[in-house]
Amino acid sequence: MVSLTLDKVGARYGRRQILFDASASLQGGVLTALVGANAAGKSTLFRRIAGHLRGAGAVQLEGAHDHELRYMPQDTGMTAALTVYESIILSLKQGSGGWRLSTEELRAVDETVRRFNISHLVDQQLSELSGGQRQAVSIAQTLVSRPKVVLMDEPTSALDLNRQYEVLESLRLYAEETQAVLILAMHDLNQVMRCCSTTIALAEGRTLAFGPTLEVLTPALIRRLYGIESRVERCSRGAPIMIVDGPAVQDAI
Amino acid sequence: MTTAELDPSESASVQSYRGLVARRIAILVGLSVALVLSVAVDVSLGPARYAVGDVLKTLFAPGTADLQIRVVVWDIRMPMALLAVTVGASLSLAGAQMQTILANPLASPFTLGLSAAASFGAALAMVLGVSLFPGAISLMVPINAFAMAMAASLLIFGLSTLRGVTVETIVLLGIALVFSFNAALALLQYFASEQALSAVVFWTMGSLSKATWGKVAVTAIILAICTPLFARRAWALTAIRLGEVRASAMGVPVKRLRLEALVLVSVLAAVPISFVGTIGFIGIVGPHVARLLLGEDQRFFLPGSMLSGAVILSATSVLSKAILPGAVLPIGIITALVGVPFFAALILTKGRKSW
Ligand SMILES: Nc1ncnc2c1ncn2[C@@H]1O[C@H](COP(=O)(O)OP(=O)(O)O)[C@@H](O)[C@H]1O
Ligand SMILES: [Mg+2]
Repeated sequence: MVSLTLDKVGARYGRRQILFDASASLQGGVLTALVGANAAGKSTLFRRIAGHLRGAGAVQLEGAHDHELRYMPQDTGMTAALTVYESIILSLKQGSGGWRLSTEELRAVDETVRRFNISHLVDQQLSELSGGQRQAVSIAQTLVSRPKVVLMDEPTSALDLNRQYEVLESLRLYAEETQAVLILAMHDLNQVMRCCSTTIALAEGRTLAFGPTLEVLTPALIRRLYGIESRVERCSRGAPIMIVDGPAVQDAI
Repeated sequence: MTTAELDPSESASVQSYRGLVARRIAILVGLSVALVLSVAVDVSLGPARYAVGDVLKTLFAPGTADLQIRVVVWDIRMPMALLAVTVGASLSLAGAQMQTILANPLASPFTLGLSAAASFGAALAMVLGVSLFPGAISLMVPINAFAMAMAASLLIFGLSTLRGVTVETIVLLGIALVFSFNAALALLQYFASEQALSAVVFWTMGSLSKATWGKVAVTAIILAICTPLFARRAWALTAIRLGEVRASAMGVPVKRLRLEALVLVSVLAAVPISFVGTIGFIGIVGPHVARLLLGEDQRFFLPGSMLSGAVILSATSVLSKAILPGAVLPIGIITALVGVPFFAALILTKGRKSW
């Protein structure tokens, strides 16, 4: 079982402190959402956990090595003259050195490609992908080496409704199978409620709440995070959904 | 690399990848064949006209040929033909890796100021007789050129270790270096004697005419040292093309890799430039041709850019002898004259984006 503990984690860019106190204790096997307004410090927290930034506090990893952590940055263009298949292989081969590809390695790529439903894209050039396709390929690049700790920055922001469900479901299965810790920075709270069993809420560089999603995402917290009035109801199939009533009235905050 | 045999139990995507690999290997083999042919033609051409049969006889059985043709083929034509190969391969590989680590399709030994610095160093020797390393008078020109080119890349290297310096800054600094060294060179030329001036002009045109076996050996040894060092970093170098953030997210030590590559690239470019002068175009065209033909998986891109650079420079050497019978035009001129239209055609006809 993999676990990840954040203890009063801080981070800064030069002199500018962005992250002050992020604390949480995560178990593998389920999806964890990281929510918060724009510029709350979600991406910064990921960079800090991935070791690209240094700062105060402690990030403790149990049941996994540092090299088993993978971080998927927020969507950016990819201009390399590589096919989708080549780009996934290269992610798998990092650190291994050898030029030769074993049958197992090819099989691992194949399995990942199928899991995320991009078999039809493998021969395409990276530069010719649409935003949503690029995001799906990015996810495959991130997971092909079967990492134990996965940080994904807005992994579904460019996907259509159907693909969002597909991808989140595949990620949930991946977590269950590998007992890995998966943290997803997300903006769509309905998707969060549906797929992520725990949630970290971040505001101005501090964790406001952390725990089971439905306990964290209360109308009060959502008002605090986004300044939005909302309530949680059930859809026709019984799943919790968030209904937005509108911007909070000033004196209600 | 994977073998190309098809196994029916494999999925369509694995099979299609194996097909891709097979095609890429075929392209590399094709480039190698083209290179051998080009070198053969290069050796058989020259101001002194010999029958192809005589040249071949001299190549494969030097003992039976008469002295004059032996000297021409073995001591003049062979070093020139082979220097075209090693210089073309070195400059193209240097350009390829500069483009890779700086994420810029315009990066090359030429655009980053190494060629301009080398020209200035060479001119110092030719115009003022100033040697940056006293002693070796006969080698003053190449040694000065090398020292200046290395100084330019050390400057770039030093700058890139500073905090907050992005790849864009490095490319801009390189362009600033080009202008500065060109201005300094122009100043030297302004005060130069007529004789020195023509020497400088000839040098900056780029020429293989001063080829020797020694130069061939030095450039070949440097290639033999640098290539495996790049090859060991093949996956990391490929990953860097997905962007700095993605690459470090995959565990690539981007900063360190960039510095290591800059050191290798500097030596790889500075030595050939100091031997042959300005052959600017190879460092940009070679890698682009390789990228269009083979993509950027370094397992193919690395040998591919060396081969394409070598083929282009060797073919150019052939042209430089064929255009005006009896004369050998400076190769730097031909590279640009013939290379540019060829390059433009390649970029415009190949449908997909090349960067
Ligand atoms: N590389 C950087 N240098 C300086 N400040 C940055 C950098 N990246 C992000 N920031 C700042 O940090 C804050 C948090 O950014 P980020 O972590 O990207 O937020 P989020 O991902 O939650 O939208 C923002 O105010 C942003 O301006
Ligand atoms: Mg962000």
